[in-house]
Amino acid sequence: MADDIFVQAFVYLMAAVVAVPIAKRFGLGSVLGYLIAGFIIGPFGLGFVGDEGEDVLHFAEFGVVIMLFVIGLELEAEKLWNLRRSILGLGGLQVLATTVIIGAATLALGYSWQIALAIGLILALSSTAIVLQTFNEKGLMRTEAGQNGFSVLLFQDIAVIPIIALLPLLAVAEATGGDDHADDTLISGLPGYAQALAIVGVVVGLIVVGRFLLRPVFRFIASAGIHEVFTAAALLIVVGIALLMGEVGLSPALGTFLAGVVLADSEYRHELEGDIEPFKGLLLGLFFISVGASIDLDVITGDWLNVTLIVVGLVIAKLAVLYALGVRFGMGFDQSTIFAFSLAQGGEFAFVLFSLAEEGGVLTASLTSPLIAAVAISMAITPLLFLLAEYVLLPKFGTKETENREADTVDEENPVIMAGFGRFGNYVGRLLRANGVGVTVLDNNANHIEVLRKLGIKSFYGDASRMDLLRSAGAADATLVILSMGDVEKQLELVHKIRHEFPGLTILARARDRRAATRLLNAGVEHVYRETLDSGVKMGTDALGMLGFRQHQAVRAGRNFRYHDEYHLREMAEEAGEDHMVPISVARERLELLERTLKSDIEDDGDEERDAGWDTDSLRRDVASRSGPGSEDG
Amino acid sequence: MPSPPSVLILFAHPALEKSRVNAVLIEAVRGLPGVTFRDLYEEYPDFDIRVEQEQSLLLEHDIIVLQHPFYWYSSPAILKEYQDLVLQHGWAYGNGGEALTGKTVLQVITTGGRETAYQREGINRFTIRELLVPFEQTARLCGMDYLPPFVAHGSLAMTPEAALKHADDYRRVVEALRDDAVNRDPIREHDRINSEAAMAFVGVRVGG
Repeated sequence: MADDIFVQAFVYLMAAVVAVPIAKRFGLGSVLGYLIAGFIIGPFGLGFVGDEGEDVLHFAEFGVVIMLFVIGLELEAEKLWNLRRSILGLGGLQVLATTVIIGAATLALGYSWQIALAIGLILALSSTAIVLQTFNEKGLMRTEAGQNGFSVLLFQDIAVIPIIALLPLLAVAEATGGDDHADDTLISGLPGYAQALAIVGVVVGLIVVGRFLLRPVFRFIASAGIHEVFTAAALLIVVGIALLMGEVGLSPALGTFLAGVVLADSEYRHELEGDIEPFKGLLLGLFFISVGASIDLDVITGDWLNVTLIVVGLVIAKLAVLYALGVRFGMGFDQSTIFAFSLAQGGEFAFVLFSLAEEGGVLTASLTSPLIAAVAISMAITPLLFLLAEYVLLPKFGTKETENREADTVDEENPVIMAGFGRFGNYVGRLLRANGVGVTVLDNNANHIEVLRKLGIKSFYGDASRMDLLRSAGAADATLVILSMGDVEKQLELVHKIRHEFPGLTILARARDRRAATRLLNAGVEHVYRETLDSGVKMGTDALGMLGFRQHQAVRAGRNFRYHDEYHLREMAEEAGEDHMVPISVARERLELLERTLKSDIEDDGDEERDAGWDTDSLRRDVASRSGPGSEDG
Repeated sequence: MPSPPSVLILFAHPALEKSRVNAVLIEAVRGLPGVTFRDLYEEYPDFDIRVEQEQSLLLEHDIIVLQHPFYWYSSPAILKEYQDLVLQHGWAYGNGGEALTGKTVLQVITTGGRETAYQREGINRFTIRELLVPFEQTARLCGMDYLPPFVAHGSLAMTPEAALKHADDYRRVVEALRDDAVNRDPIREHDRINSEAAMAFVGVRVGG
């Protein structure tokens, strides 16, 4: 069964498709759904998945790598710098305090300080994958708890590197393992200082390449206009960086995170994010399933008391440290509670580190087996802890503090999103900006974006008809969306999606001509702007002025014409109904429209009424009838 | 002798093509030496008055003439817009607002009703001077000398000949103001500068 990759894929996909929606329906979150699915298909459930689950787990760890890349994309270097206090302070103290407490407990049980330190460090880490996925799902990423949780996880991910370096030094026994992971790298033959230099060189190189080389490359790829090649390029970068990092012994997740940060202020950020998102989601799902499948029921049942004690001890120790730190760093009760409960588990790095420790002779298999089981269980119960905090603790003791306090500093979204910044949109955008209105521009012309970026306008490369792109541009918080691109088919598609996904957004649409305007109107867009109407009317107005009309009269005539034209357009659109879909030839339809328009102009001939207030004819008749004809006034 | 432009005529008529009297009046003064004629509706068909330009024009001239039909006891809309925007606080009035001090304002209006209609017993119940008080006070607040207005009554039933007579009077008044040949003090006693009695003091050299 396991020979056939399709059968395996079928089992995993089926498990996800069945378990996740059900878990969601019961309010358990997708992570728990995946974990349960994994457990069910795993060796201790239905047994569909056997030993190869381990390999799948390694493969699926790539999901974590991609996730860090996506997180990096959302985190510009400046924002990262702003988080330094919570990353170093909160993250550093969390790792330190948790290590000390767990280490002390281990010491108290009679183990050596080396073992105590190794276990303390490894268990201090939490699960980036589970926590961030849950934060995103519950919309907590932008709360204080979410931001601080993220900072702690980031610190932990960085801390993995020195921990890997430290483990061999803690060895009391001879290394038992076969290959030491740290030994297969390209640079492992080099002396220590050269290794350090190589690592620094790779990181600096990554930043330089990301900053200066990737953007032109993306521009070149984007200008080819083949969407899947762009996706391929995005994946290529992530895979490439993961490989490179592996070669120098750095965490691939950290490397891709760094690459993400470097690309975070580039115009391709949203496009990259949107392209890579589905891979991230699927691989993470696979990762969670693998974790679920790897829960070893034999170890748990054989040693259930110890495992239970470890899980309870681990969770309580973490909760205590996290809650204390949360309060110490100025979070209120509610936020500290969420913060503590979200991070109170062991992390996926523990699996890797425990096996390294075992191979390195720091820990024995009899120690690591229950610990690994405990970590897996603590990860599995994380969604339950979230639920406990959310539905039991907070409703009972919560103060319902407003969570918005920090939200502003995280990212300010512009009130206007513009799709298209070409020969039409540029007027709209410039006018808005000149009046201090922030505009986020989406355009699939890489050259437009290039220019806009240089001028400091927030702009992103991508096809605006993709909802994920629109969403990451801030559509959920925006007030207006301006469809200033010229392609009516794309506009209609967008209108349909926007009205469905963001019913609160007001749509303004440019229309190439009357026909496009009619279609947009009938699609329910209230604010439709024909691109040539105003300049045409303006030219007519000026022509009237040059022919001797009073300027003010000419302007009024132009406005009046415009008013009637808009009125008739709307009337005809209503009349047309779904007519525009009837496949008569476009040229003929245009002619018919023109004919009807001209006719309506003739019908509108009696416009004199609007100037009656300035007209003295009737007054004159009045005066004449009272004082008789020919009367004269000095 | 060539004199620097000293009279600025601010003319406001939203539908000059329908006008009978104003069209004749402006012909009499447009192009006179030393007179700047400014057609506000023609200049600003969108009502987007360029304030700085208008202010510098006011600074360049000593006599400001406001010419317009008398609509609903006031001026057409653009003249109100002009006052609201151009006569800025701190420039035309208020603290530091002395740009217009010492200048002269003459209002030139046409009314549909006859002079008898602008009396206590008349249909309009107030005199022209009373009804023009907002303009007079605006001028005063800006430190300007507000002369009795030039009024062409009964425009609805005016013969072409009568209109030409008004036009001639209008030209004489403008030229006299330009040449500083108006004996202002005795004129102040009169309701309008173009009454027969008042015209006697127009065109005579002051102190000459």
